[in-house]
Amino acid sequence: MGRALGLLVVLAATWLLLSGIYDHALLFWLGAASCLLCVLIAWRMDVVDHEGTPLELGWRIIVYWPWLFIEIVKANIDVIRRLLRANPDISPTLVRSRTMQRTDLGRVIYANSITLTPGTLSIDIDDGKGILVHSLSREGAEGVLSDDMNRRCAALESDRLHRRAQEDQTP
Amino acid sequence: MIYGVAALGLLVAMLFAIIRALLGPTLMDRVMAANMFGTKTVLLLAVMGYLAGRPEFLDLALVYALMNFISIIAVLKYFRYRDLGQSRVRS
Amino acid sequence: MDWHVIASGVLVISGAFLTVVGAYGTLRLPDVYTRLHAASITDTLATFLVLAGLAIPSLVAGEWLIAVKLLLVLIFLWFTSPIASYSIGHAAFFAAQKPKLDHDLTDGEGDKA
Repeated sequence: MGRALGLLVVLAATWLLLSGIYDHALLFWLGAASCLLCVLIAWRMDVVDHEGTPLELGWRIIVYWPWLFIEIVKANIDVIRRLLRANPDISPTLVRSRTMQRTDLGRVIYANSITLTPGTLSIDIDDGKGILVHSLSREGAEGVLSDDMNRRCAALESDRLHRRAQEDQTP
Repeated sequence: MIYGVAALGLLVAMLFAIIRALLGPTLMDRVMAANMFGTKTVLLLAVMGYLAGRPEFLDLALVYALMNFISIIAVLKYFRYRDLGQSRVRS
Repeated sequence: MDWHVIASGVLVISGAFLTVVGAYGTLRLPDVYTRLHAASITDTLATFLVLAGLAIPSLVAGEWLIAVKLLLVLIFLWFTSPIASYSIGHAAFFAAQKPKLDHDLTDGEGDKA
């Protein structure tokens, strides 16, 4: 229930920021109605859980994003330099990264972080074998194997998130 | 003026994306080119809004970004399952 | 010229330039996996530079609602583009499209494809 309220607050905030018209009663009520309808549909679809509205991530994700942003900028510069050579300086490498995360949400965040950094691309997620990563260069693949991002994504998962994930799995 | 140059650059990049879509050679190359074209369209819409002095274009860019994503996922899902309705049936 | 006009222009132009570089990369690179790396330049840094450049004049003029919209566009693109890239790479890999590799640090999964 609290999660549905959180979703409603986020939807209402998005609606208010996008609309920009605050002195029109009809528009306001229509906006409120559509937010409620969205929450209702999400509730019926059974997606209002720790994955749909991951409120448990909290401040950890706010700390993680700036670090990820700097990694993205560094990876971009590296890929651009490789592309602009007379002969593209690439040595495509395939590698498996064993995931350290305990929940599916953590694994998805890790896989998406890998894909979001240019030069590395996750191709397949397998719970047993880990994430299959295609890298533009051997150095990039070794960067993935150093498990820096892996550890940081595992640190995102609080014990509370882990508990919620188990509760959501066993209805 | 500066935004005009940027819009021109984005148009050149879109031309490259179309060339990649026409060259292929595989289906996935074409899907990738379509996705890339969509991202550039979002950026072009945002820049055009400032070029015309009408930032309302940003709403269009926002909607286009979401539609582009959904259409790519729908194409890939259809390609995988030959059906858009039954996601839980593994082929 | 004011500082913010110059800053905005530099950011937007460099973003557009990176878009061209990324698109040019997709024309040069050999297979769909490597091309996806080039395409992700457009999706990440180029998007950020263009949208940040556009946000500067709005912020200076005090139109913060427009800057918030630009931020939302950026957030949507950064949340969705890795999922689209993953889906394309995943679909290509399971459509038995072998990546052209220099090194395979797995136990030969590149050949199984």
